[in-house]
Amino acid sequence: MNYPNDLQYAETDEWVKTDGKIATIGVSDYAQDQLSDVVFVEVIKAVGEMVMKGDVIATVESVKAAADVNCPVSGKVIAVNEDLSQSPELINSDPYEKAWLVRIDMSNPDELGKLMDSSSYEQYCSERSH
Amino acid sequence: MFIPHTKIEQEEMLKVIGLKSLEDLFLDVPESHRFPTLNIPPSLSEMEVMAHMQTLSAANETTRDLVCFLGAGAYNHYIPAAVDAIIRRGEFYTAYTPYQPEISQGTLQAIFEYQTLICALTGMQVSNASHYDGATATAEAGVMAYHHYRGKRTKFIFSPAVHPQYRATFRTYMSGYQGITIMGDENLEDPFVKPDNLSSLVDFDTAMVIVQYPDFFGRIFDYTSLAQSVHSKGALLTIVVNPFSLGMLKPPGEFGTDVVVGEGQSLGIPLSFGGPYLGIFATKNEYMRKISGRLVGETVDTEGHRGYVLTLTTREQHIRREKATSNICTNQGLMALTSAVYLSLLGKHGLRKVAEICYQKAHYAAHQTSKIHGYRLCADSPFFHEFVICCPNSVEEINMHLLDHGILGGYDLGKDYPTLKNHMLVAVTEMNTRDDIDLLNEVLAEVAND
Amino acid sequence: MTEPTVFELSSPGRMGIRFPNLDVPSVPLPESLTRDNLPLPELSELDVIRHYTHLSNLNYSVDGGFYPLGSCTMKYNPKVNEEVARFPGFLCSHPLQPLETIQGNLALMHELQEWLKEISGFSGISLQPAAGAHGEFVGVLIIRAYHRFRGDLKRNKILIPDSAHGTNPASSAMSGFQVISIPSDKRGNVDLNALKNTCDESVAGLMLTNPNTLGLFDENIEEVIHTVHQVGGLVYGDGANLNALLGIVRPGDLGFDILHFNLHKTFSTPHGGGGPGSGPIGVTPDLIGFLPGPIVKIVEEGNDEVPPLYGFYTPEHSIGRMKAFFGHFGMMVRAYTYISMHGSEGLRKISEYAVLNANYLLARLKGSYRLPYDRICMHEFVLEGHWDNAPEIHALDVSKRLIDYNFHPPTNYFPLIVKDALMIEPTETESKQTLDQFADVMIRISEEAHTQPQILREAPHHAPTRRLDEVKAARDLVLCCWLPENQE
Repeated sequence: MNYPNDLQYAETDEWVKTDGKIATIGVSDYAQDQLSDVVFVEVIKAVGEMVMKGDVIATVESVKAAADVNCPVSGKVIAVNEDLSQSPELINSDPYEKAWLVRIDMSNPDELGKLMDSSSYEQYCSERSH
Repeated sequence: MFIPHTKIEQEEMLKVIGLKSLEDLFLDVPESHRFPTLNIPPSLSEMEVMAHMQTLSAANETTRDLVCFLGAGAYNHYIPAAVDAIIRRGEFYTAYTPYQPEISQGTLQAIFEYQTLICALTGMQVSNASHYDGATATAEAGVMAYHHYRGKRTKFIFSPAVHPQYRATFRTYMSGYQGITIMGDENLEDPFVKPDNLSSLVDFDTAMVIVQYPDFFGRIFDYTSLAQSVHSKGALLTIVVNPFSLGMLKPPGEFGTDVVVGEGQSLGIPLSFGGPYLGIFATKNEYMRKISGRLVGETVDTEGHRGYVLTLTTREQHIRREKATSNICTNQGLMALTSAVYLSLLGKHGLRKVAEICYQKAHYAAHQTSKIHGYRLCADSPFFHEFVICCPNSVEEINMHLLDHGILGGYDLGKDYPTLKNHMLVAVTEMNTRDDIDLLNEVLAEVAND
Repeated sequence: MTEPTVFELSSPGRMGIRFPNLDVPSVPLPESLTRDNLPLPELSELDVIRHYTHLSNLNYSVDGGFYPLGSCTMKYNPKVNEEVARFPGFLCSHPLQPLETIQGNLALMHELQEWLKEISGFSGISLQPAAGAHGEFVGVLIIRAYHRFRGDLKRNKILIPDSAHGTNPASSAMSGFQVISIPSDKRGNVDLNALKNTCDESVAGLMLTNPNTLGLFDENIEEVIHTVHQVGGLVYGDGANLNALLGIVRPGDLGFDILHFNLHKTFSTPHGGGGPGSGPIGVTPDLIGFLPGPIVKIVEEGNDEVPPLYGFYTPEHSIGRMKAFFGHFGMMVRAYTYISMHGSEGLRKISEYAVLNANYLLARLKGSYRLPYDRICMHEFVLEGHWDNAPEIHALDVSKRLIDYNFHPPTNYFPLIVKDALMIEPTETESKQTLDQFADVMIRISEEAHTQPQILREAPHHAPTRRLDEVKAARDLVLCCWLPENQE
């Protein structure tokens, strides 16, 4: 299981990469492993829309589960990954790079304080999988 | 009856479990309520139950004994012997839902073929594996539209010419959602209003417009311009169909509709006092993931052989749970198979032929009736195999006379439409001979003369 | 091994049936509304019979073998039911016929209504719902209507145990409620403390399956129900597991307010490869006014010479119609026939032997499989299809291997609270021999899981197909055959 150090993580298995005020959001390696083969991804927010922390921004479906992706931060959607509708399997093969879901211009960067770092998240995941 | 255990086996089994008697299995049940006496008649042997059921069924007079001109959502069509021969096979009717695809390819392929047949018939791109009936399929279209707009559009518009029971079911289904308005049919003063008049009601708060084809009064319309005006406001159009009529009529897909729902009873399913029937649901590819109900898809096995599985199951209740857009689990699998067999048997030529036969007999009947003094054909639009006649007496009275002559008369529209007292909805199918139709008109003439 | 589709078998010009010649003069068809082309297959009757016969040979069925499917009650479907349902007096009756012509149907429905009430301890009943999930939807709508009728609009929550069938939360959501999940305790009961902490006046009701999906009768059932009643909520019973309770206990007596029946489970009507089912709903006296109609009633009492006159009515505050017409009459005929053949003693035997069979299998298998809840079970029980010392094997692999031994797998992965769950429900119509064969095979597979795991991972080896690629099915969606004329 991969938990890159430069990212932050939510309890609901989303990762956040920050670059100034811009947050890139995706789902973690743990999440894609739990889902198994992803067959469909639908990002339900469009560029320009405002999101609140906790809002559902996407649905990820595999053959055995359908999971909602909750946005870990609030702000304005400035980019949506168009590749995922054609290639949903990217979520499995490259969850942290090619399978980013949205980019948010954060309205409240303090929200990042509520997220876990790589080692806390790793710890959290190992407790759950027993 | 059907319990094979002998006393000896029972003892052996209890021993393995480590209990003394059958009663010991139920100690978790509160004692004061345990083992109630049920006030039910004593058991009957198979012979006795057959005799009892014969007596019960003989208390009825049905379309087997009477000439039937009654339709209104359930139709007396001929069901070829081959249909029941197939669905009576235990391998089909005693099988379970095909969750283990490797040992359910019979059911899965049959349903896959059914989905295709429905698409071929309706002109739509994807069909599900069934809903309970036409009414609930219509309601599920509403639920789908509600979720499609994420609750932001809350208006639903009905033509008053959609089956009254379907509109009622729709209202029940939508009663759990907030702020819904259902309109177009609340004021039934002008039930024969033409569908294009509905366009004026459509706005940017409209989720869905629902019309019927042929409509409840038997009329057929081209819904192309209605579809255009519905789409111009960003709303969805659903057409409720009688799939049998599509043997002859232009498929609703060609009007540009978004959803087609309907009642499949007319495709080889017996009348059976109202159920089990078959809810049809078909739509465009873009709404595929929003459909409720099961879907069968094609795939391959580990050796590359073609096979079929239930797919997109993550939309359904057993995975999405409260986030599923519908709760449907058991659907109408055997009835979907029934209609697939019927459609395969009749095929391209047979369905067209029998639909035309119904059309012609209905038009002959209507023409003959219109010549009787006191009777008038009401709705002035083209019709398929049902038509409305204005009668000189109450429909109830006329039907009593008809019954005396061994005829089941048409439906009393006054029951659902206050301005249509003395209006009868007459259905004619391939089961009505010319003599039947002539007898109907003779008796109608008799009644008018009294 | 693959059977062509009806489209692939089609040959231009073939027709499977002839109709009589037209005996009336013909008029022109409405051209603009007539279709140009009907892309249906063209087959002879023999083509059709052979095709569907071949397909039927690819199916597993109750008539062919044992289905230990938990929660489904795959009991034997008596053939007499099929005969009776096809009597023309029933089969050929139109739902809108004048009441005096179908008194036989109404008498049957009325008596079935009375029997189901008697069996379950309820006072009111509607036969209209088409399936269990449909009945659940009705039940939750009734709960909603009941509170609104009392002017209590603040109840927006339905409590549902985490072991519940997915239709329960789905039905609640469809009725506009928020779903709150209640955990189970270590013995598989509803966690009473969690329930008590969650119960307040925002709770409209609790949906409860008893025995639950673990096959366990809740040891605190009366207190669970009382807890919800105390805060003014109603208790809905999911009757899917009624096969354990016939003549054993009546849910109405335990305090349930509403219950749905599954005629296609408890009352032997066939599963049909995915329906039709039938899901009547029973209620306490307070809730009769909300039932969906029409419901059969006696319009004029009979006497020694004359039978009663039956008619329909819809209760005053009915939640409304749930579907067209009256429900699945064909399934009512079958269930009625079934109950007639059993009588009250026979019904009790059904549950006694259903529970005996389940406990017998449990006893035989608990040495080879992990049993999460070691208690006397009801008509079904759950095992774990996983061993710590055979880590690659999961419930799915055990299931697929069972197919090689000619058994249908048990229910997989449900309930969600047991990892790698295998839910087993034998039903009362299976003999000790069948159960022993099944147990022997399950034990053999548990050994194979440790010595030859690959055999399980690649199973089934002896089925009409090998393991099917469900990922491909979902990724490359093909939901229709190739149509002879392409429709774009």
